[in-house]
Amino acid sequence: MNKSFLILKREYLTRVKKKSFIIMTLLVPIMMAALTILPTYLAMMDDKEERTIAVFDPTGLILNRLESNEFTKFHYIPEQEFQGLSKNFSSDKYYALLHIPANILTTNKAEMISDKQVTFDIKNLVTRRIENIIEGEKRKQVIDETGVPDLEKRLSATKTDITVETIKLGDKGEAVKSSTEIAMAIGYAAGFLIYMFVFIYGTMVMRGVMEEKSSRIVEVIISSVKPFQLLFGKIVGIGLVGLTQIAIWIVLGIAIVTGLTAFVGQEATEAATQAQNIMANPAMGQMAANTPEAQNKVIEIIGMIGNLNIPLIIFALFFYFIGGFILYASLMGAIGSAVDSDEDAQQMMLPVTMPLIFSIIILFAVAKNPEGPLAFWASMIPLTSPVTMMVRIPFGVPVWEIILSMVLLIATIFGTIWVAGKIYRTGILMYGKKVNLKEIVKWLFYKN
Amino acid sequence: MDIFQANDIVKEYAGHVALSSVSISVKEASIFGLLGPNGAGKTTLIRIINQITAPDSGELFFEGRPVKANDIYQIGYLPEERGLYKKMKVGEQALYLAQLKGMTKNDALKSLKYWFEKFEIQAWWGKKVEELSKGMAQKVQFITTVIHQPKLLIFDEPFSGFDPINTNLLKNEILELKKKGTTIIFSTHNMSSVEEICDHIALINQSKKVLDGQIDQVREKFKTNTFEIVYRGEVPNLQYHLGSNFNILEHDGSSLLKQMKVQFLNGQSNNELLRILMNQFEIVSFKELIPSMNDVFIHVVEQNNREIKK
Repeated sequence: MNKSFLILKREYLTRVKKKSFIIMTLLVPIMMAALTILPTYLAMMDDKEERTIAVFDPTGLILNRLESNEFTKFHYIPEQEFQGLSKNFSSDKYYALLHIPANILTTNKAEMISDKQVTFDIKNLVTRRIENIIEGEKRKQVIDETGVPDLEKRLSATKTDITVETIKLGDKGEAVKSSTEIAMAIGYAAGFLIYMFVFIYGTMVMRGVMEEKSSRIVEVIISSVKPFQLLFGKIVGIGLVGLTQIAIWIVLGIAIVTGLTAFVGQEATEAATQAQNIMANPAMGQMAANTPEAQNKVIEIIGMIGNLNIPLIIFALFFYFIGGFILYASLMGAIGSAVDSDEDAQQMMLPVTMPLIFSIIILFAVAKNPEGPLAFWASMIPLTSPVTMMVRIPFGVPVWEIILSMVLLIATIFGTIWVAGKIYRTGILMYGKKVNLKEIVKWLFYKN
Repeated sequence: MDIFQANDIVKEYAGHVALSSVSISVKEASIFGLLGPNGAGKTTLIRIINQITAPDSGELFFEGRPVKANDIYQIGYLPEERGLYKKMKVGEQALYLAQLKGMTKNDALKSLKYWFEKFEIQAWWGKKVEELSKGMAQKVQFITTVIHQPKLLIFDEPFSGFDPINTNLLKNEILELKKKGTTIIFSTHNMSSVEEICDHIALINQSKKVLDGQIDQVREKFKTNTFEIVYRGEVPNLQYHLGSNFNILEHDGSSLLKQMKVQFLNGQSNNELLRILMNQFEIVSFKELIPSMNDVFIHVVEQNNREIKK
């Protein structure tokens, strides 16, 4: 095994020292940070231009009820000025001219005249305000007609917001506040992470094997070490490259978040929280983040994350991470040994990666119904279990299911390594022969 | 003493027989030529010696005892299809391959320094293999093959890709290694180099060994009693004068020195032949034509193929 260590060391070091690895490892967290922080930061930089909008309102409905805010002012103008402006709008004084037609109550239409395209924000602001005013006006008319006293107040009292809290009963019957959304988010993230890792690094193992075969160095090496040691060293070495990358990403991620929080300050964090709230529930978008309610919400979320079985999730993540990788990497290594060209490799890879892709396709269905038969079987079958089980675990999975899934995975890994080793041993020395599945099955029965 | 011996090696690949009952024995500190046409089974035999594959049946001995897994550290192998990691630096790579052969890092570094100086390629140490020419890479490869001072070296077509100067350099290295006591198994299609450096040969054809022996004895065995003679003098009707024991194959009598190639049938010795010729003309030169390895190879393989067809 000493030789395997030498191989492992080479596989690891040559990849970690590669420029592309260093760049990818450093760039991805920075880009991810930029992608999350930048929109928030940009959103913070509100439109700070001062604009005055001329309003002509013959109906008198809007008059003086459009409130100016810090940057957008409304100025009411008489008819003569409106006539002049609507014919020839060239004014430094006004950004736009808002015309409320006399029949607005029936047509629900108003118009804005400007010599340039009115910005989205302004159009939105104006539309919303007019909408509110006209709606109120109409409602008032209806209420007045009915003649019921205090109807307005009574109607608004019927407005309700319902929150359904999901509560999971723990082993001892204690209520544990859980969140379906959080379980889903963690399940998705973990499942997807495993998928990416297995795919990228599994392919890397295949490329490595192909490189050794096509550069013809493999025969020299296997005259010093057993083919199995070579494959083993390669898989473990590349697996460690992947783990290194993820470890660096985690460390960098934490560093970037901490650094940015300090740099951009409280403001950005608040904006980010607000943005999250908007994402989670559009209705809450209006709510300012620094209200006690929002703070409670954040605390609640943190509490609910705490209620998840974090050690189990982390353990399972590592287990399925490594298990899934070894399973697929040994298969991909076997493919790499059997083919001579990239095209052949693509072809042979398809049946192997199919279950992996399938497990991503069913990701959503599994997250929606983590107890269903699809979720159950997909988390038992070893080729799909690494991704699927990880999606299920945050929802809580019976222990026997987890153990069974893990045992099945381990058993399959041993079987797969045996098969892959056999294919690999024959494949790496087989040149210029177009191989098919039938041929490969034959190799399994070759003696040494 | 035999450093390596293989007895009755049989290897089959899914119905195709690669080796059928092949035995060879390789004497220590000698150069053993493993010959045969393409696809005869040479590479399979070499892979078996290297323990890359195991035979279906047969016995293998290294230094007189059955082979052990560790014996591969005593073997250096330069395969016909060879290469290096293209993206890896020359020095790092040589060090890695030496360590895989069981050397410690320090020993490997010391030894590499010696060889790099000897081949005057120190400047390549930090270069990537992809920057080297094919011949340069071959030199590096040769070094990585011999670096761990193996007792048995296996070279499969070692000269392919080398220019004449480097071929010569390599040939001298191989002979020097032999002088130091290293045993070499040498597989090639280049018969003139076989004649030059091999002590012993085995010829494999269609998975069977068809010829085995000391190279001079093998050539002696296949001699056809043909002589090349240059003489002075006019001999009309030469064939008549020489008698029926002579078969003139070629005759060039146009210049002063006449030349002929003649086969001496039922002859007892060369001296007897000379005696007969002396009576006919003045002999300028006399040379027995010993068949080249090339002739032996072609003769044996063709004959063997004819026999198999029957």
